[in-house]
Amino acid sequence: MTSTSTLSLVGQELPAWELPITPTLVVSTAIATRDFQDVHHDRDLAQSYGSQDIFLNILTTTGLVERYLTDYVGEAYDVGSINVRLGAPAYPYDTLVFTGEVSAIDGDEVHVSVVGAVSLGAHVTALVLLRRRR
Amino acid sequence: MSDHDQALAEAVSLEAARIQALGETAPRLARDPINQPMINNWLEAIGESLPRYTAGEAPPAMAQVWTMGGLHPQRDPNDPLHSMMQFLTDAGYTAVLGTNCEQTYHRYLRVGERVSVTTTLDAVVGPKQTGVGVGYFVTTKSTWRVGEEEVATMLFRVLKYRPKGADSAPGDPAVDPTAVLRPTRNADTEFFWEGTQAGELRIQSCADCGALRHPPGPACPQCGALSRTHVVAAGTGTLFSYVIHRHPPVPGKTLPLLLGLVELDEGVRMVAELRGLDEEAVRIDLPVQVAWQRIDDDLTLPVFEPRTP
Repeated sequence: MTSTSTLSLVGQELPAWELPITPTLVVSTAIATRDFQDVHHDRDLAQSYGSQDIFLNILTTTGLVERYLTDYVGEAYDVGSINVRLGAPAYPYDTLVFTGEVSAIDGDEVHVSVVGAVSLGAHVTALVLLRRRR
Repeated sequence: MSDHDQALAEAVSLEAARIQALGETAPRLARDPINQPMINNWLEAIGESLPRYTAGEAPPAMAQVWTMGGLHPQRDPNDPLHSMMQFLTDAGYTAVLGTNCEQTYHRYLRVGERVSVTTTLDAVVGPKQTGVGVGYFVTTKSTWRVGEEEVATMLFRVLKYRPKGADSAPGDPAVDPTAVLRPTRNADTEFFWEGTQAGELRIQSCADCGALRHPPGPACPQCGALSRTHVVAAGTGTLFSYVIHRHPPVPGKTLPLLLGLVELDEGVRMVAELRGLDEEAVRIDLPVQVAWQRIDDDLTLPVFEPRTP
């Protein structure tokens, strides 16, 4: 599913994206990002550390922010940077809801602010720099 | 800050300066060159799909994946993050929490290229009082290169902290719970405090028109009547708003202190301490129920806890 929507106005909103978090998502993305920390695949150990469950790893959070943008803009832009601030953990059986808005445009550079929220609050607050490809 | 804390803070900044002076670590080569099977694993798991990712380019957010330590990571004894974290663990800051990750991609990586990574200790800031406990923010900078060419950088910040329970455990001798500020009791409010001691949450009501009001007062704001009585609330409601009080210290209370504005099912709002909640769990609209904090023979305070089904 590749669209090529353009980002032309400050304040332009991206369509929201809801991603159900499952144990399979947490584990498959942890392994695909070569992150073998036990809190991302072993619920017993995660709980023994005081965590409610296993939770998404940071590389995946960054990857999902990237996907949220590229699902919308396709190959019309390159991703120049992704700055994420982390908040509430993303646990299985919750839903991650991404919303985004163009926060600045400077020539070919577009800044998009993104929030990925779970039931506990913001899981991630991100600022993404996109560069229009010529 | 106590002398002990002062000495500890100085030791931490000396160690941070020492590690920073070591500069950049030696480059560590990725296990594999950029390759399509690992890109495909990412595309399947993350769910990304762009034609360019099966035509020789890697997703930029994979930058760090190429140099992950894997299932059996070799610990570089000079790794600045590891050294700083170990020092803070030994100093009692045992827990860790990722807070920020800022990645910049100078260009997209191509299948067949092999990256290396170096790391420096960027900054150590603290001690800071945070929601989870006192700690230090440790920031490292990683740089990925193909040969000599810089292709991506990352600022990664973690909070290395002493869990809150560890420095303000219940029974902390510094906090005397009977030293709380005492409410003013007068003809208008006495019924309320008699209620809390009897395990009743009482709401003043107008004896004339029946309107409920809180906080208690001499006259009905609806009809102006001075005669009043009270009803006993069910004790359930929802959290209308809250504040997290961190400073200044409050007599008899351990900080940070969660204070809620609770909208009772009867319709009036009431300010009280929130119990059984932390900053992670507290949220507006949370269903709550009253509980009682007995201070001594003269005073029992209402508090609110998350409602149990």
